[in-house]
Amino acid sequence: MLAAATPTTTWYLILAALLFAVGAVGVLVRRNPLVMFMCIELMLNAVNLSFVALAKRLGDIGGQTTVFFVMVVAAAEVVVGLGIIVSIMRRRPGATADDVAELKG
Amino acid sequence: MELVVFVIAAAMVLVGGVGVIVRSNPVHAALSLILTLFGVAVMFVSLEAHFIAAVQVIVYAGAIVVLFLFVIMLLGVDRAEDLRTEPFRLQRPLAAVLGLGTAGLVIAAVVSARDAIGEGGALSTPDATGDGDSNIRELARSVFGDYVVAFELTSVLLVVAVVGTVMLTRRIKSGAKSGTGE
Repeated sequence: MLAAATPTTTWYLILAALLFAVGAVGVLVRRNPLVMFMCIELMLNAVNLSFVALAKRLGDIGGQTTVFFVMVVAAAEVVVGLGIIVSIMRRRPGATADDVAELKG
Repeated sequence: MELVVFVIAAAMVLVGGVGVIVRSNPVHAALSLILTLFGVAVMFVSLEAHFIAAVQVIVYAGAIVVLFLFVIMLLGVDRAEDLRTEPFRLQRPLAAVLGLGTAGLVIAAVVSARDAIGEGGALSTPDATGDGDSNIRELARSVFGDYVVAFELTSVLLVVAVVGTVMLTRRIKSGAKSGTGE
């Protein structure tokens, strides 16, 4: 009974799956590009969580190293994405994801 | 004790995640995102990834969400949008089905593989060695040893991202010839 009460790797992986699904639904239903970006961050965090859970389970530090690189790439991605959103919004205030045809310039 | 920490952190993660997609005001969505990120950081601590947990709080909650809030304030989109408009019929039901399907499939895979995942040796953790820095030391050995080329390449990536963003958001003065810089 006591052993069942400690969270195992499976619990963390299930939570990561739920978080990933929430993020995916958010990308599909929201139309504000900023909120869509936040949902992408949710999905990245879900994957990071499963990497770290498996790193502990397998006793391999490589999972944590991967999370480190994912964070760096996520930071770069947010910077570029927000730059694009700022230039779209400047051209057409209140733009939604449907207006990304504006990218053609 | 671990169970209590897990339940509280899982509640933070899920409430924050749902909050991001149901709050109509982008500022509230960003604050919900912070809740989720802190919950994930707590999980990292309980999974003995102490350095990653610190980076999670500093980089994600500290830098990325602040960047989001800056952009929200800068663009003045901090008013609630009407979530009732649905551009395509069936979009939300289909998205819900897709989300539930993704979650169900991944959970089924995880549960069926729960005994197949190998049980490796313990990471050299503070509990095992009585040394609080061992996680950072292990990670540093990995990043600057096996993955040093990837680490150097991330510096190139960051420089490219910064320069690209400056180019993207620069206002081109009207009347200036293109290609002359300003």
